[in-house]
Formats: sequence, C-alpha cells, structure tokens
Amino acid sequence: MSTAAADFGGPISPAEVDLSVDLCGVTLPNPVMTASGCAAAGRELDQFFDVAELGAIVTKSIMLNPRSGRPTPRMAETPSGMLNSIGLQGPGIDAFLARDLPWLVQRGARAVVSIAGDKPADYVELARRVGQAPGVAAIEVNISCPNVENRGLVFACDPESSYRVIEECRPHIPDGIPVFAKLTPDVTDIAAIAGAVSDAGADGVTVINTLLGLAMDPDTLRPRLGGVTGGLSGPAVRPVAVRAVWQIRKAMPDLPILGVGGIRTGFDALEFILAGADAVQVGTVIFNDPGAPMRVVRELCDELAVRGIRSLDAVRNAAHG
Amino acid sequence: MSATQAPGTVVSRTPVGDYHHLVIAAEGIATHTRPGHFVALAIGGVDSGMLLRRAFSIYRTSTTGRHGETVEIVFAAHGKGTRWMADLAPGDPIDVVGPVGRPFALPKEPVSCVLVGGGYGSAPMFSLATALRDRGCAAHLVLGAATTPRLFGLLDANKVGSSVHVTTEDGSTGTRGRVTDVLGDLVDTTDAAVVYACGPMGMLRAVADVAEDNGAWSQCAVEESMACGIGVCMTCVLPVEGEDGIVRMVRSCVDGPVFRGDRVRWDAVGTIPPGTLGGPR
Repeated sequence: MSTAAADFGGPISPAEVDLSVDLCGVTLPNPVMTASGCAAAGRELDQFFDVAELGAIVTKSIMLNPRSGRPTPRMAETPSGMLNSIGLQGPGIDAFLARDLPWLVQRGARAVVSIAGDKPADYVELARRVGQAPGVAAIEVNISCPNVENRGLVFACDPESSYRVIEECRPHIPDGIPVFAKLTPDVTDIAAIAGAVSDAGADGVTVINTLLGLAMDPDTLRPRLGGVTGGLSGPAVRPVAVRAVWQIRKAMPDLPILGVGGIRTGFDALEFILAGADAVQVGTVIFNDPGAPMRVVRELCDELAVRGIRSLDAVRNAAHG
Repeated sequence: MSATQAPGTVVSRTPVGDYHHLVIAAEGIATHTRPGHFVALAIGGVDSGMLLRRAFSIYRTSTTGRHGETVEIVFAAHGKGTRWMADLAPGDPIDVVGPVGRPFALPKEPVSCVLVGGGYGSAPMFSLATALRDRGCAAHLVLGAATTPRLFGLLDANKVGSSVHVTTEDGSTGTRGRVTDVLGDLVDTTDAAVVYACGPMGMLRAVADVAEDNGAWSQCAVEESMACGIGVCMTCVLPVEGEDGIVRMVRSCVDGPVFRGDRVRWDAVGTIPPGTLGGPR
C-alpha cells in the first residue's frame, strides 16, 4: 500500500485551478466565506478587500430586536485563540434589512444571513423576513447560542430542540435559499445533531461554533470575561473542528458542510476540504489579519496548484478514502 | 475614511523614560492620519499565538523622511504583546492597520483649548496642539503621570504648547498631584472652550467632569481593550448617550476612540446601564 497522497501529477499554474463551488445550487467563485460574528455585516472588511470576490459574507447573527450584548470585558486572548462573551450585540432585524443587507447586495457580495433567537418562534419570524428579502444567498441558523426558553441551554446541544427549530423555520424560507444549521462541538455526538437538523429540513450544516471556555485574571483571580464563560475560537480549536467535519461527513456522505474553526492559512482550509467540507469560513483570524479571507483564497489556490490539483472536487473527502 | 493594512518595517525603537518610542515605516497610513487616529498592530509575527491586535494612539507621522511614510507610537511594556514589541529592532517586520477611528474634532473658531495627556496618553496631544495652533487656537498643555519617568513629551510640549503645566503624583516634576488639580483653574484663566484628553479611563472621567463644571466642551480619546481595531469584533464597546438621549453600547474603535466627554456614561463603563438600547429587561 502506498503511503503517498493521491497522485495528481506535477505542479500547475494557480490560474488552472478552479476553486468554484456549487453549494445547494448556489454558485460561489471560491469556497471561502467569513464566519458569523467575525465580519460584522461586511462593510468594514470592504476597506481591505472586495467583499464581492469572496465566496460569501456570512453576517453576524441577527436577532428580532436590538440587543446590547454583555458587559465588558468581552474578550480574553488565549494561546492561539480567544474567548469572547459579546452576547450577540446587534441592531435587530429591522435595521439589518434596511441598512446592512442592501449594502451587501448592492456591492455584489453573496450574503449568507445568520439568524439567532431566544425561542423557536423568534427563528420562524426571522426566517420569514430574511427569506423574503432580496439578494439572500443562504441562511445560516445559529442554533448554538443560548436558548432562553430552555434555561440557557443551547438548542444545538440537543437533537430534539435542534430538530424543532429547523423544522419550524424551514417552511418559511423559499426552496431556492439553502438553510444551514450552525452546530456546537460541545456535544457527545455531533453527527447525531447533524442528522437531526438534516431530517428537519436543513440543507446543510455549519460546523463548528465556538467551544465553551473560561479563563482567569492573574490580577483579580476572577474570571477574565464579564460574562464569566465565553466562546473559544481561533487556531487552538481547529483540530476539533476538522474532527467534527470528518465525523459528520463519515456519517452523512451527501450532507453539505461548511467547515469553520481556526482557519488561518490556505492549508488550514484544505484540511477541512479533505475532511469533507464543501466550503469553509474564516473567522477569528480576521481580527489578526483583516485581509485574511482573500489571503486564504489565494493560499488555497496555491496549495492545490503546487500539488497539481485542478478542482476542489478532486480532493474533497480525500481523508475518507 | 478608509483604513489601510500595510506590511510595516521597524525604523527605530527607543526607550523614553518608562516607555518605548516606536517608528514604523508603512505606506498609505501617514497621509490620511489626523490627530486622535490610532493604529492596530499585529503582534509576534505571522505565526504568532497572540491573535489580537494591539491599538495605539498615533504620536506623529511623516510623509517626507528617507524611510517614506512613517507612523510613530509610544507604548509601555506591560503585557505579553507589548513585551514582544519592546524587543523590536530596526528592520523587523510588523503589520499595521491604520489610520483607524474618529479623530479629535477641531473648533471652527480660533478659541482657547486645553490638552490633557496622562502618561503615554499624551502622545497624540502634540500633533493636536500643532493642528489647533495652525487654525489660530491657543493650545495649553497639561501633562500628568505618577512619576517623572512616566511623563511623556515634555520637550515637545515646550515647543508646541501655548503654555505647559506638569503634574506628578509623587511631586518629582511640576505640581504634586493629578492633572485635575490644575485643570479647573487653567480652563478658567485661559477661558478655554474645549478640553482635549487622552489617558486612563479614570483620568478621562475626571477631566470630562472638570471641563463640564467649568463650562467647556471635552473631547476624550478612550482606552478600551480591542481585539480587531476595525469595528467587526464588538469587544471594545462602552455606553455612550446619543443626541436622542438614548444610551447605546458603541464601539470605541470606529465610533471613537474620541467621544464628547459629556456623552460617555463613565459611571457605567463595564456594565450595561439601565435603559441602554437593547439592554436586558
């Protein structure tokens, strides 16, 4: 048995690599998106690269009403990562639809709108309104934020509540708009949750959201975050994310997967593709390098070219061979 | 106004008292910089495990030197990231995003102004003083710190200030005490219309109060920890009251760092005060 990776021939020019992706009927010029919560609604990043050139801009999770978020301090740097407890600060759906989404659409960007709610009825209302808005490429349903109705648990920690949210909001979104459920890795069996949301009508899954973490302040000997616990993200979580993608792909060979978690370079993105991701999202590294999303596109292209690989289809799922 | 991300190169790093003065050559930033803008620096190189940018007020810029466009900052080495910066040497690469934020608002009329800098927070005050005097304003400087080595820019102050007042808490230079111990009288005697301030949050709050008590506007450049510095992460928020009377959690990076002192809810920084837009009910 050969230990060599697949033989794709000698290096080719990056111009010969086709990075385009068909995601549930939506064509993306490349597989790289921003991750929700790391790009606001795209406007600020447009200073650093043309947001229309990216696969898609995934907007920060929008809720029904304006929300102040949690008290500061809201972030703590950790080794190769960070903890955040922003608390879903945002302007609410009215302001988002009036101001943010039209800007993305006018810029020519593919907008993936992330929605979040305290209870299933919130998701239904958001799904209906976002589903009717012009120019939405896809909807990401963030079921991995705290579920107020269920005493602070996270919808995506439980297959039944995950199923319920997706089942209730899917009928309110036009068929042509793919729906992705964003899952948390803080579960016993993430493939089971992916199965539940797929059964409920999700077109695909986004994995992973942040991991719940906690860090202490050496001066105060108290938690560093105002919100005590927070979401861990950044390169520190990447192996967890790649594992989650791999497990879901193994369990569900045909379920579209958006891989996210700690991508910093083109090879990091390729790791997710090899594990089975159809497209990827770049998140926390944007805080370090605002030009990172388009840099990852270029580096991914180079990673394929140097190995003589002409398309993502040629390597997707390669880790499952 | 648009920020640039530039691959910068260290021109020099010089110890100044308890601080470091860093000069970075980076294209596309100096030309657009106005007093009060800041830069966000990536720390530790491209593979660094420290992912969050560090934000610093811009001390000076130049567009005409032999290194091309340069931007200068002053910092204290007190954490892992700034300790890494304290080891930078000429020729080292450092990624720069800037200029970021809303700069100090300048008066339309040639009025009298007082500029207050706490510690290395005085860094942006010298280019501000120059800009104010260029438009016919008086620029009276107050520099304060705990000790003399923590004062920054005394020589600059003497060059650009209409008058210079120094306070140290240990009394080693100037008046013993805090900047606010001399500020009220100074605002009065100079008939100042605006007080500008940059420094620790406690100082800003006190300065804003003194300015208001003496009938002056205040413009405060706040110091909040930021992860990105470009307005996407939502970590650096503080409660600020809008013209409509509604308090919002606003980003100090791009909605600030300069705010009108009477708009910031200083008493509530670190909390979500009751009545905040979208606050807990």
